[in-house]
Amino acid sequence: MLKVDINRLVRNIHKLAKGLGDVRIMGFCGTHEYVISYYGIRSLMPENVELIAGPGCPVCVVPAAYIDECIKLALDGIRVFTYGDMYRVPGTEMSLSRAKAEGADVKIVYSFLDAIRLAKDGKESVFFGVGFETTQPSVASRLVHKDVPRNLKIISAYRLTPPIMRYILDEVRDIAIDGIIAPGHVSTIIGSNAWKFLAEDYGLPVVVAGFEPEDVLIAIFEILRQIKFNDVKLFNEYSRVVRSEGNIKAWRYVGKVFDVVSAGWRGIGIVKESGLELKNSYAEYDARLEYGLDFKGGRDVAPGCRCADIILGRAKPTECPLFMRVCNPSSPKGPCMVSSEGTCAIWARYGNLNKIRVKTKDFKT
Amino acid sequence: MCLGIPGKVVKVEGDVAIVDFGGVKRRVDALLVNVRPGDHVIVHAGAIIAKIDEKLAREMEEAISMLMEELEEVRREINKS
Repeated sequence: MLKVDINRLVRNIHKLAKGLGDVRIMGFCGTHEYVISYYGIRSLMPENVELIAGPGCPVCVVPAAYIDECIKLALDGIRVFTYGDMYRVPGTEMSLSRAKAEGADVKIVYSFLDAIRLAKDGKESVFFGVGFETTQPSVASRLVHKDVPRNLKIISAYRLTPPIMRYILDEVRDIAIDGIIAPGHVSTIIGSNAWKFLAEDYGLPVVVAGFEPEDVLIAIFEILRQIKFNDVKLFNEYSRVVRSEGNIKAWRYVGKVFDVVSAGWRGIGIVKESGLELKNSYAEYDARLEYGLDFKGGRDVAPGCRCADIILGRAKPTECPLFMRVCNPSSPKGPCMVSSEGTCAIWARYGNLNKIRVKTKDFKT
Repeated sequence: MCLGIPGKVVKVEGDVAIVDFGGVKRRVDALLVNVRPGDHVIVHAGAIIAKIDEKLAREMEEAISMLMEELEEVRREINKS
């Protein structure tokens, strides 16, 4: 954890922001959005600095068809292992939690290691593999080391973070982004260098940041400093955990087991080279081949739900007609309201921009 | 899900480790990072993904403090003139 003088940092943020015009900073990670909302960081920002949430909620972006297929398998008596995050995310008709109430065989696990341990009982099982680069190596490494029982198949709904960032910058033209807080824990695996392209190809300030409120404030400070002094570059604020080259051992495991493929993102569509599929050499573990799954169809978006726009930074939860009217944490309509990293769930729990903004002049600048 | 939880390695048993999260101990996957008892680590979805280097944390504090110092110095100069 970093010890910095918060007041001094905020004072400097205000000084830097003066005369810059509107600055919009996207925090990629759901966990960064959590830190920003929970600690009221928006209330500390100058009027012209806006913090928006990005696509960093891995369970929010898994197409409904994956959930539907898992439910079908589980209702057929095949045990489906899932992370708790995914359990309540609605598919087309229902969530895994609802399916379990109707008798489906669904089991929540904390890690892939738990799934391996439980699958040693020999029962036909499927592991619902969801997550960004952070999560993929723990599965890949156990496959490489042949620790996975044959009765445990894998559904790969894994997605990659740099391609969706590129997609947002290339395809989503209606929002202007002036700086990016890059994901901290994803970068422990892929390395801070994986984000250099944002500075080099797009001319955007980019800071890989940790998850204490101090880390986020430093990232904002550095982004504003880069804009002010026209000193655009990649800055790794989370150097205590993230190496520039990442965790090479972890990344090699992933490369041995998975191929990079174009993949669907919930409510968004196909994004080029943004997903992982098991290689042919691991076909015996591929649930897709074993059960003939194609992950097509399914209803990604409930009528009125703006989750996809929120993931792309186009809309705030408060701009969704369902938000806190018919969609809330106890009865979620869209995936963003389920996960602890979903922007809607975070705003529902920890307030929103309008409620928490205090007059910036309350802070001595 | 990209939530990483900091903890301290208590014991290493082959490719798994016992990690202490402020009193709660859990068995986690230690295949991705070479760790020893006493190491501070980040655990994600039941696997250690990185070690925490406190020395680099102190260096970052210093670097940020220096950046702010420079900016404040420039402002003082401007205010004077």
